[in-house]
Amino acid sequence: MLENFSFRTIGEYLPLFGQGLVTTVWLSVISFAGALLVGILLCAMNLQRSRALRVPAKAYIDVVRATPLLVQLYFLYFGLPRLGIILPELVVGVLALSLNSGAYVAEIIRAGILSIPRGQVEASVASGMSYLQRMRLVILPQAFKVTIPPLLGQAIVMVKDSALLSLISVAELTRAGQLLASDRFMPAEGFITVAAFYLMLYYCLKGLAVLSGRWLGLGPARSRA
Amino acid sequence: MIWQQLESLAGSYPLAMRGLGMTVVLSLIALVFGTLIGFGLGILRIGGSRVLSTVIGAWVDLIRGTPFLVQIFLIFFILPELGIKLDAFTAGIIALTNLNACFICEIVVAGIQSVPKGQVEAALASGLSKWQRMRQVVLPQAMRVVLPPLVGQYVLLIKDSSVVSAIGLTDLTRVGWLVVQRVPNGLLVFFLVGVGYFVVCYPLILLARRLEKRMSAAHGEVQL
Repeated sequence: MLENFSFRTIGEYLPLFGQGLVTTVWLSVISFAGALLVGILLCAMNLQRSRALRVPAKAYIDVVRATPLLVQLYFLYFGLPRLGIILPELVVGVLALSLNSGAYVAEIIRAGILSIPRGQVEASVASGMSYLQRMRLVILPQAFKVTIPPLLGQAIVMVKDSALLSLISVAELTRAGQLLASDRFMPAEGFITVAAFYLMLYYCLKGLAVLSGRWLGLGPARSRA
Repeated sequence: MIWQQLESLAGSYPLAMRGLGMTVVLSLIALVFGTLIGFGLGILRIGGSRVLSTVIGAWVDLIRGTPFLVQIFLIFFILPELGIKLDAFTAGIIALTNLNACFICEIVVAGIQSVPKGQVEAALASGLSKWQRMRQVVLPQAMRVVLPPLVGQYVLLIKDSSVVSAIGLTDLTRVGWLVVQRVPNGLLVFFLVGVGYFVVCYPLILLARRLEKRMSAAHGEVQL
């Protein structure tokens, strides 16, 4: 049984866990900013009439969604040096997370834009607005509202996915647990502590998602019917 | 040089097939048991006692709130400390099945909640028992909402199965990792591994999309 569960060792390693937590948080923030950029770009391409823009964006989204993040991560980690691009593990990890999450973000934004009732578009056309005015003044402000809760959901997924970066030895939260497990042979202490920290992040983001739904005057975004 | 690498890759073909087999077996077992347990959990979450419902809700939250990699490590390293001996394969199956069951539980709950209250009241008035109500009235209607995300969840399951390579199971991803140590061409190796996953996952994604369109059309919602 776990009668030797050592809180003292956890205490000793707390600075390491703290560092890991901080790394996980900021690399998630950067990756999410990257994912937003990638997502907006993909979505803009996807909504164009020209096939030359639409097809590559769709293909990219499908390929990313149909393959595991871990394989994408290894593809970059083992593949980039082959192209003569040597980057630190952390940068490779952030890149992989951004490129992966970007595909999901693109779909979320697209769903948000398509959820705007057709009448809104028609009314703005009838008011003589140009394409850009329509987007900026009518469609995007409304779409923005609907996309916030699912975007926070994607942020939750991304924070959890960032644990995979420990497999290419990025010193983030899960890596701290692995170190405790291998240095002291205390996997229980290591991984339970790690899980607790992730839960903390999860509840923060989940709370934020619920609150944002309320601020934006959306119902609980759970059931559609 | 590329020729040599291709030759060397061809030599890894049997290994790759074994890896693909492992990925398929893992995913299939977790799919079957995860679906069964997930439906059970979902039904109990809605119709079970208050205590049971709370316990299930807390467990599902716990699983949804932690990375799958951490769950695998916990199961693989901690169950033995509790006196349960298990190999990497069993640990992988347990972790994947549990994850799948928890996500399917949420999908089933959303499906059941989407059935109009009048349906349940009508069934109640017709004198159907609780179990009959669930089986004959609520579940068949809930399936319309459940089916598209369920197929989507299967895609997630197959993709998540790649994470079990972290505890040394020789699945498709692990094979890529092993091969890349010998054939130093990460782009090619993991491109091929990616193709392996793509041919399994992409048809499922298309199926999920089709189901979604059909189900929402049947539901009388207008898609713009």
